[in-house]
Amino acid sequence: LQPRRGIRLSAPAAIQVTVRDALNQALDEELERDERVFLLGEEVAQYDGAYKISRGLWKKYGDKRVIDTPISEMGFTGIAVGAAMVWLRPVCEFMTFNFSMQAIDQVINSAAKTCYMSAGSIGVPIVFRGPNGASAGVAAQHSQCFAAWYGHCPGLKVVSPWSSEDAKGLLKASIRDDNPVVMLENELLYGVPFEMSEQAQSKDFIVPIGKAKIEKEGTHVTLVSHSRPVGHCLEAAAVLAKEGIECEVINLRSIRPMDIETVEASVVKTNHLVTVEGGWPQFGVGAEICARIMEGPAFNYLDAPAVRVTGADVPMPYAKILEDNCIPQVKDIIFAVKKTLNI
Amino acid sequence: MRKMLLAALSRVLQGPAGATVAAAGRTASRVMVASRNYADFASEATFEIKKCDLHRLEEGPSTTAVMTRDEGLHYYKTMQTIRRMELKSDQLYKQKIIRGFCHLYDGQEACCVGLEAAIKPTDHVITAYRAHGFTYARGVPVREILAELTGRKGGCVKGKGGSMHMYTKNFYGGNGIVGAQVPLGAGIALACKYFGKNEICLTLYGDGAANQGQIFETYNMAALWKLPCIFICENNRYGMGTSVERAAASTDYYKRGDFIPGLRVDGMDVLCVREAAKFAAEHCRSGKGPILMELQTYRYHGHSMSDPGISYRTREEIQEVRSKSDPITLLKDRMVNNNLASIEELKEIDVAVRKEIEEAAQFATTDPEPPLEELGNHIYFNEPPFEVRGPNQWIRYKSVS
Repeated sequence: LQPRRGIRLSAPAAIQVTVRDALNQALDEELERDERVFLLGEEVAQYDGAYKISRGLWKKYGDKRVIDTPISEMGFTGIAVGAAMVWLRPVCEFMTFNFSMQAIDQVINSAAKTCYMSAGSIGVPIVFRGPNGASAGVAAQHSQCFAAWYGHCPGLKVVSPWSSEDAKGLLKASIRDDNPVVMLENELLYGVPFEMSEQAQSKDFIVPIGKAKIEKEGTHVTLVSHSRPVGHCLEAAAVLAKEGIECEVINLRSIRPMDIETVEASVVKTNHLVTVEGGWPQFGVGAEICARIMEGPAFNYLDAPAVRVTGADVPMPYAKILEDNCIPQVKDIIFAVKKTLNI
Repeated sequence: MRKMLLAALSRVLQGPAGATVAAAGRTASRVMVASRNYADFASEATFEIKKCDLHRLEEGPSTTAVMTRDEGLHYYKTMQTIRRMELKSDQLYKQKIIRGFCHLYDGQEACCVGLEAAIKPTDHVITAYRAHGFTYARGVPVREILAELTGRKGGCVKGKGGSMHMYTKNFYGGNGIVGAQVPLGAGIALACKYFGKNEICLTLYGDGAANQGQIFETYNMAALWKLPCIFICENNRYGMGTSVERAAASTDYYKRGDFIPGLRVDGMDVLCVREAAKFAAEHCRSGKGPILMELQTYRYHGHSMSDPGISYRTREEIQEVRSKSDPITLLKDRMVNNNLASIEELKEIDVAVRKEIEEAAQFATTDPEPPLEELGNHIYFNEPPFEVRGPNQWIRYKSVS
């Protein structure tokens, strides 16, 4: 169910805001609120951001707070982590998370582990953010999803917003968190408008890290997802509703810590589980959800094995027909639901 | 008169870890009878030190250094403490009381002591894994260093870090990944500049790490943004088993910063290191941006305790450095020959140091290991308590910050 522009029946004073604008607002508000917050990355300042997320911020805050870096991921990520160890609060942008692989040692070994190794004497209040996962036609080296990679590591927090409310609230929460947070955005969502309530528009609106949101309630099957596929789940749910199948759609919002309790409560109610993600299947987010469901009370309430819908287990091809069949589509979700319901 | 002299001597014999006044008093009285009076020593002396090789610099550090008696005794005691602490670590490792990696600093003492003498406690230091000397120089007591090596709860980071991950105020380790500490150090320097408190960051790495790509990325950004960062290459001639000639197309490490001015310094002379570091610190504090120092030094031990250190270099070479360039011997000769101290006095310091190390080792071998509950703690900073999974789903640990 894609939110549409124009007149809607909605709460008073709610407005349509794109994910891009929501992120921009979050950065603006946090830069204003705390002078230790600063943004660095490639093209974030004078270019207004490769994807225009930081539009207008360099003009407003200047060179000290919004810093253009050379193309040196390992170097500038390490510099950002070092600055965080002395209690600056950097927001380190990766133009896409594919490039974070060059800097991943600094994210894991320098940022994630330092609080533990120092027995809690050094905190690293840094946010790593940028677009993650598949885009459109950018091929294998620019389409990887890193949710499982970063979600694997203790010491990190990992969040994955879907809606504008998610994006703004999670970015603000991440910046205010005293720990390293990886925020996995999605390029294809940047231009998508979502309704933002009056409450969500406030300068202190936070979405707590580690809590999932039930986007749509249902009784027959639980659909769990994160990022863009949440939208696909809602579309699938709308189609299935016409056939009398009521899906409960859960937006994970956080990969680590993961709110498995919300998923468990839902499975206890619906007795069926389908996980949906853009990343590869092996060792993925869905695999983790299934393992945890097996270990918990919800296992006894499953009437059928849980099913995973994921990206295809190949590097991303370029040709449109191939690419389209490498990402989970609405039809794939519908098929999986019917399989698990044995329809 | 006697009381005054005793008091003066006991002040001198106290170091960062603090010997008891009573003990110092007893030793002081023995010294008093056996040797010259306090009033016989010079209060300071001036020394000629080696000229530094310069890169993109018109002038370098001074070629003379003034050292007071107090400074000399302090440098001597600190270097001797580090020396004996490292040798004790060697012993404990061979007894299997220290496990894992253990990279010893003996031979390189003049580097950390000279650097610390040139900077303020409010400045920042970050280095790699050969870090025990810096950890001590930055203020962590020997007993907490040894207890960290033996993995006890009295260790400076409660046994969570070990040899390569020791921290204290304004000292950021202790880093295990070769070269990764260099961008971190530049980031600390960025924060120094950001906060505007005239602090600088000493960012150390070895001759092996000097070939890491991230270091060159860091040179570029530090110079571009004029970060108050002193890059310091401790060149001990070998990156593990690989000599500098086999690893680097250019072994002029002080020039490898290209557009960054550089100094090559005799790292076995504590005064040379101190004067060069003072010069470099002034350069950074005046807003000129980063500077690079190469300290030519030597490690007596192998790369780590797993490396005997003689397959890639000769015993003769090691022996030659020990006899001709040992930093502690160099300082001792200078002090004695210039009437800054007596041999007996320095021997008394040796005795006090050995005692301190023994007591610290005793603590490090008897202090209990951290409680199992510690396993889950400190995952996050400033976080409400939560549960952490153990080796199976039924084993849970509480995690507090």
